[in-house]
Amino acid sequence: MDTPRQEPQIKIRARKLSFFYEGGHQALFENDLDIPERRITAVIGPSGCGKSTHLRTYNRIYSLHRGQRAEGEVLLDGQNILDPKTDLLTLRRRVGMIFQKPTPFPMSVFDNVAYPLRLHFKLGRKEIEERVEAALQGASLWDEVKDQLRKSGLALSGGQQQRLCIARAIAAEPEVLLMDEPTSAIDPVATLKIEDLVLRLRERFTIVIVTHNMQQAARISDRTAFFYKGRIVEVGPTKQIFTAPREKKTEEYITGRFG
Amino acid sequence: MRASAWSDPVFRWLCMACAALCGLLMVAFFVQLAFASGEAWSRFGLNFFVSTEWDPVRHVYGALPAIAGTVCTTVIALVIALPLAFVSALFIVDAPPWLSRVLGQAVDLLAAIPSIIYGMWGLFVLVPLMDRLWVALGVDNAFGGIGLLTSSLILSLMILPYICAVMRDVLRMTPPMLRESAFGVGCTRWETARDILMRYGIRGLLGGIFIGLGRALGETMAVLFVAGNIMKVPTGLLDGCTTIAATLANNFAEAEGVQRSALFALGLILLVMAFVIQVLAQYYLRMTGAKRGEK
Repeated sequence: MDTPRQEPQIKIRARKLSFFYEGGHQALFENDLDIPERRITAVIGPSGCGKSTHLRTYNRIYSLHRGQRAEGEVLLDGQNILDPKTDLLTLRRRVGMIFQKPTPFPMSVFDNVAYPLRLHFKLGRKEIEERVEAALQGASLWDEVKDQLRKSGLALSGGQQQRLCIARAIAAEPEVLLMDEPTSAIDPVATLKIEDLVLRLRERFTIVIVTHNMQQAARISDRTAFFYKGRIVEVGPTKQIFTAPREKKTEEYITGRFG
Repeated sequence: MRASAWSDPVFRWLCMACAALCGLLMVAFFVQLAFASGEAWSRFGLNFFVSTEWDPVRHVYGALPAIAGTVCTTVIALVIALPLAFVSALFIVDAPPWLSRVLGQAVDLLAAIPSIIYGMWGLFVLVPLMDRLWVALGVDNAFGGIGLLTSSLILSLMILPYICAVMRDVLRMTPPMLRESAFGVGCTRWETARDILMRYGIRGLLGGIFIGLGRALGETMAVLFVAGNIMKVPTGLLDGCTTIAATLANNFAEAEGVQRSALFALGLILLVMAFVIQVLAQYYLRMTGAKRGEK
């Protein structure tokens, strides 16, 4: 890990970020948030507070859905990705995403990881094989699946499926990994494995993780942002948020008085 | 006094008898066709399947031209209808709700058009159109627009709504998160549909394909009008041809003796083909249903 004193670069800056669902319902209200490079930023808050919505602007995955729109700016390395001219395919190669439930593609373990590689790069077979192995190693899954690469990805256990999705996300060498409650559908033992994995991935990727689980945020994140009713109430080093929150609302939430 | 003591059992038996009748009818069809075609089978044996002769004077009959015509028109119709059904299903599923409803119903209404109308339209509109097209292109066009390709085109329109309806269901039931994951790794809409949604719903899609096959196989009227009813194995897309169903409709009125028996044999072949395809369709659709249940 880096020396703690050294201030990391800011990878993503959200500025006055608002979000509207179909019919004009506003879910986010002019939020500012900085995401430091190669750190883990946790986003916490009660259900419906807009934390997932915020995350989903970072790779513009929301733009799939009719009537959803974001206002303000999301600067990835200084470039506003909300600009309509942004190339979404490149954006999504640079910003990978892990979902609440494991979503392996209906194909073999190998092809699950090779698929994004074939999509984005022109690689020879040998190279694809190497990078698939590297990605599976990176997702701590290689040892468990190296003898069953031809098996369907859907045949793996839940925890393995989620690590397969992580391997798939890191195969194309993204810069940022978005994780939307990645362990909410996974048993406690598998959850710990994934947390360990996320901590190791911190060296290579900028990670933003939305979580319902406050212990999880406390265990793995460097910084924490607390969302409430579409607004960011407080952002700071995780330790400070959990030991000495400045806002009353934050304190109430982390002590379990609501949420 | 209420009469439940005797009325319930009677009602029960009545219902059961009606249900059983359907199954019995199915069996009866097979038995009757097998019985009536006995003479043809004993005279021609398995040779019936591969013989291309159809000679009412010498009483020699072979099923190959009709089988070949049926299989060819059906397969080509499917090849035309499948991509059309797939892309229209994709669009209908993703379109704004009002447009989706209008287009969905428009496609469904294709299924409501009586097949005789397709046949008339085929003969009076499509055939001259094809003829002019081939003449303009300078393609040798001995049958004047009638034949294999025109029959297949009509059939493809007729089976399109069935395939499209199943595909819409399949696409609607894919988990939204799976779609998002596909976009999340940088797929375009087309790549998502082709590589992820289609594979995910492959069983439902197969079910839809078999339903389309089943419809196309037995279609009589529309094909009768535009196939040309030539008892020959077609060698090109523009050749005149016939199908089992069209052959039956054309010949039964005057057929006697061996010819009649040969026609029943053709009917049996068609029934077996349709039956197998229907069973496969049900099987694949049930597999998708089971999958939907477990998720």
